[in-house]
Amino acid sequence: MAATSTQIFAALGDPTRRAIFERLSRDGEQTVRVLTDKSHVSQPAVSKHLGVLKRAGLVRARHSGRQTHYRVQPKALAPLVDWISHYSRFWHERFDRLENLLDRMEP
Amino acid sequence: MNTAATRTLVIEKEFAHSPEKVWRALTQGALIKEWLMDNDFQPVVGHRFTFRATPVANWSGVINSEVLVVEPNERLSYSWGSLGLETSVVWTLVATKTGTLLRMEQSGFGSDQDAAYKGAKYGWTKFIGNMERVVGGLQ
Repeated sequence: MAATSTQIFAALGDPTRRAIFERLSRDGEQTVRVLTDKSHVSQPAVSKHLGVLKRAGLVRARHSGRQTHYRVQPKALAPLVDWISHYSRFWHERFDRLENLLDRMEP
Repeated sequence: MNTAATRTLVIEKEFAHSPEKVWRALTQGALIKEWLMDNDFQPVVGHRFTFRATPVANWSGVINSEVLVVEPNERLSYSWGSLGLETSVVWTLVATKTGTLLRMEQSGFGSDQDAAYKGAKYGWTKFIGNMERVVGGLQ
């Protein structure tokens, strides 16, 4: 199921989660252990953050033996990156409607 | 896309109508509804109001706003919060020989009003820039 934009923004609204996500984007697939070693929070905290990112569809987990590997799902960011183009279309259309209204208004 | 472009959207258009008339269309609730959205806007700084679009899946259609600047016939600004994204909209009206040059500037990935997003204020822009490179690298 596709996560909503709200979930994506909420998931990435936390600086620690954003840092984890950026690291996964940059370095590729990582285990929870490696991610914990590179951060200054505990392993349970890292796991919890990864859970939030996973529910928002931003990362995917792969189990291998006793380790869980995480990697980013960059396509999940589309609503965020599309923000400007979304509003650009919106406002251009509204400007046309505004012009139409002005033509109909009393001077 | 450069960093500035990810933060601010600018749309300009010249209308063959006076700034006073354009101002009315921007600040009178019934007129705003005709071209933008249903609303309970009042041209009073500090007034909190909502724009109401047609609800869609996963979105109530409600945009939470607060009036930030009211300079009659010249400048109007309000915040624009939806989907956890807090932006601001600034309208600038400049009289021209034949009418009005209207400029709309929407900017921000700030978080002034939504406590849930506090702490994100200074990080979003850089993050978005980085992520655009990630997504761009896929194509």
